[in-house]
Amino acid sequence: MNVLEQQLLLGLFIGGLYGLAAAGLSLVFGVMKVLDVAHGELIMLGGYMTVFVVAFVGLDPFVALLLVIPLSLLLGVALYWGLFSFVVRADEETRVKNSLLIGFGLALALHALAVQLWTADERSIVTPYAGAVITVGELSIPLVRLASLAVAFALIGGLHLLLARWRWGKAIRATAEDWQAALLTGIDVRRAYLLAFAIGTGLAGAAGTLVTVGYSVSPSIGLEWTLKALIVVVLAGLGSMIGTFVGGLLLGVAEAASAATFGGPYREVVGLVIFVVVLVVRPRGLFGR
Amino acid sequence: MLEIRDLQAAYGDIRVLDGVTLTVGPGEIVALLGPNGAGKSTLLNSIAGLLRPRAGAVSFEGEDLGRLHAHRIVDRGVALVPEGRRLFGGMTVAENLELGAFASRARATKAAGLERVFALFPDLRERRRQLVRALSGGQQQMVAVGRALMTNPKLLMLDEPSLGIAPRLVRAIMDALAEINRGGVAVFLVEQNVQAALGLAHRAYVLESGRIALQGPAAELLRDPHVRRAYLGPLAVRE
Repeated sequence: MNVLEQQLLLGLFIGGLYGLAAAGLSLVFGVMKVLDVAHGELIMLGGYMTVFVVAFVGLDPFVALLLVIPLSLLLGVALYWGLFSFVVRADEETRVKNSLLIGFGLALALHALAVQLWTADERSIVTPYAGAVITVGELSIPLVRLASLAVAFALIGGLHLLLARWRWGKAIRATAEDWQAALLTGIDVRRAYLLAFAIGTGLAGAAGTLVTVGYSVSPSIGLEWTLKALIVVVLAGLGSMIGTFVGGLLLGVAEAASAATFGGPYREVVGLVIFVVVLVVRPRGLFGR
Repeated sequence: MLEIRDLQAAYGDIRVLDGVTLTVGPGEIVALLGPNGAGKSTLLNSIAGLLRPRAGAVSFEGEDLGRLHAHRIVDRGVALVPEGRRLFGGMTVAENLELGAFASRARATKAAGLERVFALFPDLRERRRQLVRALSGGQQQMVAVGRALMTNPKLLMLDEPSLGIAPRLVRAIMDALAEINRGGVAVFLVEQNVQAALGLAHRAYVLESGRIALQGPAAELLRDPHVRRAYLGPLAVRE
């Protein structure tokens, strides 16, 4: 039996979502030097947005991304103006501290809001093709998760192109490297911050859709996703979105491997072990600059 | 063109500039000399908008720069090559140069600006696809000057452009500054290499402990006993 291979494959699929979740966090942290610990809650909101778009507009969840991503971008703009634009006025050390306070506050508020609005129940989205499986040899590949991985990969590829080619994409990268030098080339770094935060929130929204389609959403999933994203950011390092995605895949596979070897309860442990080992051995991460 | 009146600046409680008044006219090359810690970089950063002055006024072509964000000041035609170059090391030479043309003032002249930079520093044309961090210090300084030039400045300010680069390349940079100036760009130069700075500049100021201690034509300051003793070393005094 290919139980191990099957589990590793499922690990790869969830790893793609880790990578997508981490990309947004990495972008925001790399550019703004702000640690948005409410990132997982933004994923959770993306999940609920998808639930409602699917229920009331009647769209397929993958098509719903075309609404969820723009809505999340707008949410990101609102959160930046309302909360984080005040944080980026401080020097970099103060930014991280203040952003932690604001992030935890936001996470608690969003969690409580979600419980009020939608109850603490888990919800999922069942598509007509939910049970569809592609069989390759002895492996069975769930269609929904395969599609989710493909969408996550496409989004990361798109983000990579955006940062490499777009005028403001280059400005965002310049701001991440040295915001004062960016100012001296005439870049409005506040605008770069706003764009980075909005894009990060948009990615969180997309991750929320994929999480809800492949797994489930409830008001309390936020913290877990923030932690996974944080582990991947540390594992991959800052500066490369492709690297972050690969880091997510690695974490997913590593989790699956340890669950298969040591048993299910050890799934969560491996991420934390990786977290500590990378911080000790290679603090800038596998692909970090 | 650039007028600074009674400028005061501080980092926290530490007062760095204690009432500085100076001017840079159109087409001029002005050098700013002074020992470490005198406040030279602070002065440049205050003009560029990276630091808000405590008191006094900085105006450029009659407009108060104190109210503008740093990126707007670039758009008015005031560029700074910061100390240590501060390039985007993970990007190529071409990307660094193109980012210099980000502000709306410079976007229209991007292609011509790139040609101007490559004409000044032919080395960079061949290396434009290389990552900046793979270049030597002197080549990086050329990229830094080039990036500032890409903003299409009327006033180009440089903070210690000769720091840590080979003497041959210091010569190349100084020649390039003279060439840039001949194209009508005013130059305001902070430099440790006093000989090189006074050889290039029309006028110079000496900043000591946050105040202007001396000023005058460069040739005159080169003969000044205080300048020779303090900045050109004992050998120069004995000559």
